[in-house]
Amino acid sequence: MDIKSEPSSRSSGEPAQTTEDRRWRLVNRTMRMHGNEPHALIETLHSVQEHFGFLDLDALKYVAGALRVPLSRVYAVATFYHYFTLKPPGEHTCVVCKGTACYIGGASSILDSIQQEVGIGPGETTSDGQISLLTARCLGSCGLAPATVFDGQICGRMTSAAVLERIRRWTNHDTGD
Amino acid sequence: MTTPSYTPDPTPYVRRDVNPVRILTFTIDGRDVSAREDETILSVARQNGIFIPTLCHLDGLSERGACRLCIVEVKGAPKLLPSCVTLPRQDMEVTTNSDRVADYRRKILELMYSERNHVCSVCVSNGHCELQNLSVVLGMTHVRYDYIYPKHAIDASHERFSVDHNRCVLCQRCVRVCDEIEGAHTWDVMGRGITSRVITDLNQPWGSSETCTGCGKCVQVCPTGALSEKGKSVAEMIKRRQFLPYLQMMRREGRRAVAEGIR
Amino acid sequence: MTLAIEDLEGIAKIEKERQEGFRHRINVCIAAGCLSCQSGLVREALEKEVGRRGMENWCLVKGVGCLGLCAAGPLISVEPDGVYYQGVTVSDVSEILDSLGGSPIGRLHCPAQSPFFTRQHRIVTENCGKIDPERIEDYIAERGYEALYTVLRSMTPGEVIEQVVASGMRGRGGAGFPSGLKWTAVSKAVNNTKFVICNADEGDPGAFMDRSVLESDPHRVIEGMAIAAYAVGARHGYVYVRAEYPLAVKRVRTAIAQAERLGVLGSGIFNTRFDFKIEVRLGAGAFVCGEETALIASIEGRLGRPRPRPPFPAEFGLWGCPTLINNVETLANIPPIVRNGGRWLAGIGTEKSKGTKVFALAGRVNNTGLIEVPMGTILRDIVFDIGGGIPEGRQFKAVQTGGPSGGCIPEQHLDMPVDYESLAAVGSIMGSGGMIIMDDASCMVDVAQFFMEFCMSESCGKCVPCRVGTTQIYHLLRKITNGTGKPSDLAMLEELCDLVKNTSLCGLGQTAPNPVISTLRYFRNEYLEHIDDKTCQAGACKIGSVREAL
Repeated sequence: MDIKSEPSSRSSGEPAQTTEDRRWRLVNRTMRMHGNEPHALIETLHSVQEHFGFLDLDALKYVAGALRVPLSRVYAVATFYHYFTLKPPGEHTCVVCKGTACYIGGASSILDSIQQEVGIGPGETTSDGQISLLTARCLGSCGLAPATVFDGQICGRMTSAAVLERIRRWTNHDTGD
Repeated sequence: MTTPSYTPDPTPYVRRDVNPVRILTFTIDGRDVSAREDETILSVARQNGIFIPTLCHLDGLSERGACRLCIVEVKGAPKLLPSCVTLPRQDMEVTTNSDRVADYRRKILELMYSERNHVCSVCVSNGHCELQNLSVVLGMTHVRYDYIYPKHAIDASHERFSVDHNRCVLCQRCVRVCDEIEGAHTWDVMGRGITSRVITDLNQPWGSSETCTGCGKCVQVCPTGALSEKGKSVAEMIKRRQFLPYLQMMRREGRRAVAEGIR
Repeated sequence: MTLAIEDLEGIAKIEKERQEGFRHRINVCIAAGCLSCQSGLVREALEKEVGRRGMENWCLVKGVGCLGLCAAGPLISVEPDGVYYQGVTVSDVSEILDSLGGSPIGRLHCPAQSPFFTRQHRIVTENCGKIDPERIEDYIAERGYEALYTVLRSMTPGEVIEQVVASGMRGRGGAGFPSGLKWTAVSKAVNNTKFVICNADEGDPGAFMDRSVLESDPHRVIEGMAIAAYAVGARHGYVYVRAEYPLAVKRVRTAIAQAERLGVLGSGIFNTRFDFKIEVRLGAGAFVCGEETALIASIEGRLGRPRPRPPFPAEFGLWGCPTLINNVETLANIPPIVRNGGRWLAGIGTEKSKGTKVFALAGRVNNTGLIEVPMGTILRDIVFDIGGGIPEGRQFKAVQTGGPSGGCIPEQHLDMPVDYESLAAVGSIMGSGGMIIMDDASCMVDVAQFFMEFCMSESCGKCVPCRVGTTQIYHLLRKITNGTGKPSDLAMLEELCDLVKNTSLCGLGQTAPNPVISTLRYFRNEYLEHIDDKTCQAGACKIGSVREAL
């Protein structure tokens, strides 16, 4: 939640107020490593997303100022590349691979069953902020298709039942206590 | 362990493989023409009064080669080439208006019409629209593809101008003029593919843009009714572009002066 | 800091002796495939158990790169016996250690004599599954960096390029452009600053060769880049790798750091005047960045939108400087070419396609995984011999090569050799090496729609034919798969494919219609069934519900 509070205490383009936060220091370090040059934009956005989980508008504004990249260009880059997300992720993330092998192996039926179970489609987060459902272009685990990633852990040879079992573990745990 | 990043040379990229002094000769539609090595086929064609349709091209702005309307056939080349970015070679044989090319151009235009909502009869640019003119010139009478027609909003938050994304063809003239001539870079294109859309600043209402100087160049270069002046009714929006060649010339003179050390 | 050949040999010798000092060596695959079936836990358990039993001095547990047969993961191999175990779990650990020196465990045994292993010809993947990707010493023990030493100390850049030209190798990224020509062009370009870029933005869904090579043998790629840099006159290199491959990114970074520490990267490498540095740049989820000019734009921190060529990167690349861009697999071929000479590689493969090709075998086939075969291997052998055929007794239908830019090859062409020309002749492409097998449960219209959806959402949006054309094609395919297609849609589909193919700006758009064109060519009857009879034989399309509703 500090993600929310941090930018509000800071006006655009002034790094001094953000250095309190260790995560901003790491982002600043990335920019410095590239000489604070405009060409560091993508590397910097990677750094922001790695440390904050997503890119919020204040972060984009800050990076634009620090690297002297036009605001609209920063927004364009952040939305052109699908690895970047402008929305905060849920507590848990489930990434379903939609590579060819996984598709042939039934990835779309896995997606359908998740949609039925928790009512969210790809790119969406449940209203309680618990679960985010994402799709990946290809995780490169085609030998183990269909593959799914639960909170960063890749699992191969998934079935709808196995995926739902994992998701229920999240939801049951959270409603249970 | 980190190596210092390579910092690019601040001088602008210059093509080193062409010599602007050398003159070559080639043919367009069977006519002998001559050109400098750094001139495009499009510009040579225009100098010789040969028509090639264009949309994303605008004299005074950088080239993108994106609308694909200016494609031409070159003898011996397996692919069709965009004339706005292709440089001629000695003895090249260019055909600008074969049946094949004309057919492709009409289809590309149809695709543009199918992408967004281009209902001329209610458009401020009706009668003064480049897209409309192109369909007349290229003989595109109807669209056979299904209309995609996404519902886009109109942003009228700017005090003097408004943007109607439904009329936008993503030619990026506004992006380029704002970046290259005005130097504000208020505009850019967000997203990609079919979901691309022009934006101001951080995808915020135009009127709230901190970088927009309100110069209106983007409005004047827009080929359709996507960008228009407020208060204009149907068919009233006539674009004025006389400023562009002059500005571009002054820019060039300025650069030369700097290069020669004259302040 | 400066390293001589004796030092390399010394490191190799010490490492060899160290490893041979162990009576038993257990290699556990720690590439992403096996890691996702918990091979990391198996490795930990083995190490713990070896420690508990006090076997540390004569039993080595080593993490290695991809052993190839991902379908049977986690895989381990026991050396020097050459025994492979498959599907190993933590509970098998004790039994494995008990069996050392005795007879192998039949229950876990993975036949190393099966065609999957014996029919391969490993050059690029020769060290995969053999060396620890996180130890430079292990790579050096397998003659690593020897080629770089040879090149720097006894060859001129021209001589290096001659070897690459003589090898006849063609780029492994997809288009198959002769590598020697590319190198020559960059070396001839006049400029003080040049760059070498390793394209590891493996975007084809269903392809994981580059990931495996980077995860299993990253130093090989670094050595290839350094040799390339020397040959063309570059001092700075970039590895552009997908952020979706965190393990590959980590291993490349580790490898670069190790190489710098040892002095095989940096200034004055091997006491010569050759300097070379490598940086890693992360891709951010844009397939189009596999295209050279888009990749360059992305490294420059800009939008990954291709620009028209010429000028080609060889004369006008990164920051306007001459730039050599090669794929991971291409660069991984360079050290062996230098060690054995270009003619050696030219002796493998077919007349116009030299060397080997790594394929990622996936889909409806028994032995999914990574294979490397000589160019010209018969497709049927790959699917049925090496791949072990179709599971569950189902019927083979098609093999898809080249990802979203490629095509589907039906049964009747299975007996053709796999090389650039033959694949092109049947309407597909070599591509980067994804090979997806489909059986009778796959609907070809559905597959075409899948690829078109991919191309539509990966289109950068710059040129009109690709941006709008792919969308229109996708909508038509969707109409066909949901049972609302009209007979006239097929002609429209063909018209749009022709338009997008011939008028798009870059390779993505120009090849995007290929999956549709090739399925229309070989499986037109399936399209007609969907349109005329409103049925999907494979049962993949949700056409039934529409039919009932009608």
